[in-house]
Amino acid sequence: MIQVESLHKHFGTTRAVDGLDFQVATGQVVGLLGPNGAGKTTTMKMLTCYLPPTSGVARVGGIDVVENPLEVRRQVGYLPENVPLYDDMGVIDYLDFVARARGLSAAERGPAIEKSAGRCGLEPVLHRNINELSKGFRQRLGLAQAIVHEPKLLILDEPTTGLDPNQIVEIRALIRELGQEKTVVLSTHILPEVEAVCDRVLIMHQGGIVADGSPAELHHRFQGAQELDITVSGVAAHALKKALSDLSGVEQVSFAEGQQAQDDDGVSCQITAPGDVDLRADIFGLCVDNGWVLLEQRRRVVSLEQIFRQLTRGEAAPTVPEPTEAAAGETL
Amino acid sequence: MGGMWAVFRRELGAYFNQPVAYVVITAYLLICGWFFTSNLFLAGQAEVRGFLQMAPLMLVFFLPALSMRLLAEEWKNGTMELLVTLPLRDRDVVLGKFLAVFAVFAVAQGLTLLYPITVGILGHPDVGQMVAGYTGLLLTGAAFAAIGLLASALTSSQVVAFILGFFVCFGLYIMGSALSLVPSVLLPLFEFISVDGHLANFSKGVVDLRDVLYFGSVVVLCLAATVNALQGRRWGR
Ligand SMILES: Nc1ncnc2c1ncn2[C@@H]1O[C@H](COP(=O)(O)OP(=O)(O)OP(=O)(O)O)[C@@H](O)[C@H]1O
Ligand SMILES: [Mg+2]
Repeated sequence: MIQVESLHKHFGTTRAVDGLDFQVATGQVVGLLGPNGAGKTTTMKMLTCYLPPTSGVARVGGIDVVENPLEVRRQVGYLPENVPLYDDMGVIDYLDFVARARGLSAAERGPAIEKSAGRCGLEPVLHRNINELSKGFRQRLGLAQAIVHEPKLLILDEPTTGLDPNQIVEIRALIRELGQEKTVVLSTHILPEVEAVCDRVLIMHQGGIVADGSPAELHHRFQGAQELDITVSGVAAHALKKALSDLSGVEQVSFAEGQQAQDDDGVSCQITAPGDVDLRADIFGLCVDNGWVLLEQRRRVVSLEQIFRQLTRGEAAPTVPEPTEAAAGETL
Repeated sequence: MGGMWAVFRRELGAYFNQPVAYVVITAYLLICGWFFTSNLFLAGQAEVRGFLQMAPLMLVFFLPALSMRLLAEEWKNGTMELLVTLPLRDRDVVLGKFLAVFAVFAVAQGLTLLYPITVGILGHPDVGQMVAGYTGLLLTGAAFAAIGLLASALTSSQVVAFILGFFVCFGLYIMGSALSLVPSVLLPLFEFISVDGHLANFSKGVVDLRDVLYFGSVVVLCLAATVNALQGRRWGR
């Protein structure tokens, strides 16, 4: 559905998008993730033919965005970042305008407007003016205008920013539903959102892609380390430390401040280990063998949030994001 | 084509959903009426010429005021992004907006027919002169509307768009009165560019193809420049 090859967009000396390469297959729901200024919006503006690339190629449905922008725009539905809508219009009038401008015939318009307004839950405000709408309904109207012509590709720039938690859940459900029949590219800063909605995550940083994969794959790939918190009673801290350090796979054992001495609640410590081993059974066995009581044991895996932070900390940025895996590996 | 009408309809709706159009049209009618009645009662003349002579000066204000919003507001609110990512040619967007402002102006101008009709009841106006005079005004309005639209494409501030449009229109209007200050070499050029000379023929009752062509080219040039300005601002050239 989308092919992007060494795409660049420069604003003066700012390299907003700097050598982007990716493809999106039909039917995928892709999340663009990245810190402020990573180039997400700029990428979307090029895909929707609002801004021309400085160099490189972008194709939507096999059609080049520079050579045939009208055809690309026909296939795309777009929700821009701050949901710009005509405040002087009524909700229905606005949808009617978009449907007309998109070339829907008189017979198609009514049902199309009804359907998209219905899917986006706009019924309560259909006869209101746009300037009276709450943020949530504005967002819904923005979505409704983007899907009124049943586009093959939906491009949504931060579709849930500024919404309350209930609205976020509803809009996400809607996007997931739309994603069943359309290709969707959305950008967001909210990490759980990507996990909730997307089949695939592209993490952008400084105009390039630093990681690409499904949320699960990213977890797997970046499970550099895991941490275990355990609490054991019936043993002195130094003895526990020694025994744990002898277990194979344990890299480090550390105690929290003031936890050196044993108290009634047992000794707590934190164990660091590589991501691909599971120490939980071994620790349990160790305690049983020695007659200690294992009061608590919890494993923490690297979250998507930590992956994001690792990849997009300013100084560690790869300047040229060649093959994505390699670039991602470098920063770790 | 369909896209152009969609834009036209929207803009027309926007004019009448807000007080701007009503205020401008009412002001235009009142001022026209004042000129007209003062002619009628003070000078005791039942004729439209005085009104036809004052009208272009009013257009210098009213058309930039009507068109200042058209594109500047889209830049300011960011709605330009949605508008130009619809499958519309920039040409259709610009034409649709131009036709909308022209339609509003034409309605206002049409309403002023009330006055000549009164004249028709009271006296015996020269119908030919009136028709030519109105044609001239409509053409002047079209030219000023295109200038105002171009100004509106160049900035995201309505005020700046108004001032810019006003000065260009006023410049074209005043040029005819300032001909005596112009070096004689440039005189033909200035005569050609100024609105006044071309409009004078119309108010005499003469419709000359060259005058029509003059206004037509101002419109076409300004609309083409507007299309360019739209693409230029967006494509960062
Ligand atoms: N019109 C413009 N003129 C100049 N620089 C721009 C322009 N648009 C974007 N930029 C710059 O390009 C870079 C990328 O911006 P972009 O808006 O694409 O980031 P983003 O990933 O969408 O960020 P955010 O998460 O804050 O929305 C930024 O450094 C920004 O300042
Ligand atoms: Mg953005």
